Amino acid sequence: MKPAPFAYHVPRSLDDALRQLASLDNAKILAGGQSLVAMMNFRVVTPDHLIDINSVEGLSGITVEDGRLRIGAATRQRDLEFSTEIAWHCPLMRAAVLLVGHRQTRNRGTIGGSLAHADPSAELPNVCAAHDARIEIHGPDGVRTVPFAAFNRTFMTTAVEADEILTAVEIDLWAPGHGYSFHEFARRHGDFAIVGVAALLDVDDGHRVTRASLSLCGVDAMPRRLPAVESALIGRVLDDGTIDDVADMAGDLETIEDHHASKSYRQHLARILSGRALREANARACLQKARAAS
Amino acid sequence: MTVKQAIAVTVNGKQYQREVEPRLTLADFLRHEINLTGTHLGCEHGVCGACTILLNGLSTRSCLTFAVQAHGQEVTTIEGLAEPDGTLSPLQQAMAENHALQCGFCTPGMLITLTELLRDDPNPDDAKIRETLTGNLCRCTGYSGIVAAARQVAKGGRGIAGD
Repeated sequence: MKPAPFAYHVPRSLDDALRQLASLDNAKILAGGQSLVAMMNFRVVTPDHLIDINSVEGLSGITVEDGRLRIGAATRQRDLEFSTEIAWHCPLMRAAVLLVGHRQTRNRGTIGGSLAHADPSAELPNVCAAHDARIEIHGPDGVRTVPFAAFNRTFMTTAVEADEILTAVEIDLWAPGHGYSFHEFARRHGDFAIVGVAALLDVDDGHRVTRASLSLCGVDAMPRRLPAVESALIGRVLDDGTIDDVADMAGDLETIEDHHASKSYRQHLARILSGRALREANARACLQKARAAS
Repeated sequence: MTVKQAIAVTVNGKQYQREVEPRLTLADFLRHEINLTGTHLGCEHGVCGACTILLNGLSTRSCLTFAVQAHGQEVTTIEGLAEPDGTLSPLQQAMAENHALQCGFCTPGMLITLTELLRDDPNPDDAKIRETLTGNLCRCTGYSGIVAAARQVAKGGRGIAGD
């Protein structure tokens, strides 16, 4: 057998899961298992206890209320993909989830698992970064909420402590008709991105940018927002020249370098993909404005 | 050595009860505990798709699922696709007719994935078929025959390989 031995626990409630997590040594939470079990098969991760939260009540579901989207941590990537609420209110997430793994892995993989795993190239954390998501975390002392900027601390490291469980994601929705785009380059469809770009834009009736968010994955130890680029976009009408100029700014990023891709190649991808994402998000935002006006 | 747990899993309509270690993957359970060796193991870390089965009707990597997680659940494997009398499913028949396998190693996973696709979306276009197959690697066929088999079974049966 490939994984090292472990004891298996199936709590039915969040309280039970938290109690087990607090009392057991070297325990890990098992959600979709699409990253954890692969790592266990390699014995990169060797927990003594697995706490399977798939039977915990109330940990999954997608709700939209008062301009806010709430997604339970155990919500499967498949459910994000086929959710009308997500497609309608948070189209960036719908665009991104289609790039996450494959049908067979999305059937099991969860949004909470993806966030807690915190692979620096992963798409869903990048969407959460672009949307300034809030991450809900339950622990022995109750619940706390962490802004995404303080959640993903570094490479595969988050604010979730060893005795805590990530329970939900909340996103303040952008106005209906906002522009969005997710572009990435991966060696094979469904792989983790070498570089991925999430873009969100709002424009006024004259197509001037009123609000912008640009976030890149695969360039740093965690998703990286580009506030300088975002500021440079505000008040501008995004013609090709303007987009090329701000894309050049994205291409000047300091990036990581590893066996998948060199720094210069990641910078090249950051520039090209930022340009594509901004062009597409802008076209969508302007089209929605034109439709609303007619 | 950890304590074994009693599980009951329904596979292809038949219930199996076994005592297993929690670390036993569903794939190893199928192959070694109940001798259904049609499910193949390639990479054993969720990349190649050879071990794909249906878990409660949804395609799932059986190498990334523990057998204990399938307790009380329903599993369909390649052995469950044909009729009880051995008559191949339309997709299995189309795979044979379109030369959609050579060594056959990836075939069980391919069939499970495409069976799910055609159940949920009876008339997928080629782009959808190819996108769905990105989770299953084949090193022999170049995929053309596999796509052609899916296309043949798709509602309206839009032709065969090479068109």
